[in-house]
Amino acid sequence: MREMKYDVAVIGAGPGGLAAAAAAKKQGAGKVLIIERDTAAGGILQQCIHAGFGLTYFNEELTGPEYAGRFAKRAEEAGAELMTDTMVLKLSEDGSVVCSNPQSGVIRVHAGAVVLAMGCRERTRFNLKIPGTRPAGIYTAGTAQRLINRQNEMVGKKIVILGSGDIGMIMARRMTLEGAQVEAVVEIMSYLAGLTRNKVQCLDDFGIPLLLEHTVTRIVGERRIEGVWIAAVDAHKKPLPETEHFIACDTLLLSVGLLPENELTRAAGIVMSPVTNGPEVNQYMQTSCPAVFACGNVVHVNDLADNVSTESELAGTAAAQYAAGTLPAAEGFAHCLPGRGVRYVCPQHIAVHAGSCPVRLYFRVLSPGGKTNLRAVCGQQILAERTVLRVSPGEMEHLDLDAAELGNQEIRVEAEEAER
Amino acid sequence: MRQQEIICTVCPMGCHIRVTGSDDQIQSLEGYTCRRGEQYARSEFVCPMRTLTTTVRVENSTEPLLAVRTAGPIPKEKLFDCMGLIRTAVFHAPVALHQILISNLGGTGVDLISCAERKER
Repeated sequence: MREMKYDVAVIGAGPGGLAAAAAAKKQGAGKVLIIERDTAAGGILQQCIHAGFGLTYFNEELTGPEYAGRFAKRAEEAGAELMTDTMVLKLSEDGSVVCSNPQSGVIRVHAGAVVLAMGCRERTRFNLKIPGTRPAGIYTAGTAQRLINRQNEMVGKKIVILGSGDIGMIMARRMTLEGAQVEAVVEIMSYLAGLTRNKVQCLDDFGIPLLLEHTVTRIVGERRIEGVWIAAVDAHKKPLPETEHFIACDTLLLSVGLLPENELTRAAGIVMSPVTNGPEVNQYMQTSCPAVFACGNVVHVNDLADNVSTESELAGTAAAQYAAGTLPAAEGFAHCLPGRGVRYVCPQHIAVHAGSCPVRLYFRVLSPGGKTNLRAVCGQQILAERTVLRVSPGEMEHLDLDAAELGNQEIRVEAEEAER
Repeated sequence: MRQQEIICTVCPMGCHIRVTGSDDQIQSLEGYTCRRGEQYARSEFVCPMRTLTTTVRVENSTEPLLAVRTAGPIPKEKLFDCMGLIRTAVFHAPVALHQILISNLGGTGVDLISCAERKER
């Protein structure tokens, strides 16, 4: 087996991995390697040809390929090495990574620190258990996006989209511009899963109907899908049979959520969060295995690539420090827990050490609301507080605080809607 | 006289703004909560503009397609006309980042530019 030695190894060359690698080099790591299974850097942003990236990070609006291109350039100019067409097979606790590619066969990479940046993948029909036949023509929205935007393969002409996630809405516009007819976007919840901006510019602009509180009850078709039955749902999301009606289509796209891709992480025995389906991390994005860091959608699914970049720079910087033996040792841990109105908080722990300990807590609220008070509390003490005009589970919120001297205590993040 | 309800996309607030007026004369604006929202609603009422993003075929490259966009927003009503022009165009690698591929796309005064580079195969 070929052996390689690096200070920091990064798994995944999407926006997370590229930002982490560039940050690790900037922090002074000698040799940094990015391992990528695709044939080019950029990750999923290569197929996200729509605009809307970079508004917070670069203060300008870029398309996915432009945004990813900037980080690929940064990583390259910083001197990080990129190994493409390479699949990671195993991650070990000591920070070694086993991978394989057609040129070298199986390779063992020894690294002082590893950064996990594998991103996420889409939930499928299997995850939803939709009844009916199993014909061709059912795709996850992202698969259709890759086929249309990178591989020059049109997936269908008459489309129904299940789920109002951003990728689903963006694909509704994309398919329409390419000459397809999008019959409906069907959403089981009473509110939009994605951003309002996408409803306006992807659905309303083209007169595509959005059916809230509806779902697909059956899939019909032998060789190719011929249509779907859809029905309104009650307050418990149970379909109402009397409302069931048929929509003919040759393609069903599923935009029903993303799952962090953590097979490597789980196999390495790293502690996972049952809520985010990603590894638990501290403010350095360090997992329960001290040599392994994680960032971006592999930790928790983000709504903005800009947040991924910022978080990944933290992970890359800390990984370089760990490899060099300069990451401050924790004197205790503060635990960050979701309180009233909050689904999860990331990081889950804060490594507390002498002196100031600034931390940004990211979290998601449980349900949409108007004017809301967001706060982080420790017992009776309010550590950080902010009032926002509206909240949505689809949009990540954050609070900045200093966790100095909070070792072994609990920090709760709460979201309380002001009285209407 | 026409009345239009516009959902603002400037920020995630998504204010519903009601605009009344004739083709290019705005009589009243209600429901905006900031200046940028007011400006958005005005331009959206008179002439909605969108940045068009799509792909073009590139020959002699490692990948069959290249992501492209208009260098700035174009009138919304011209989106399909422009798609028609872009669909028939074929380019050849190498292509540089932000290279102008079609100038003055469909008479909009806006160029079609590449969103990535493509090296020659």
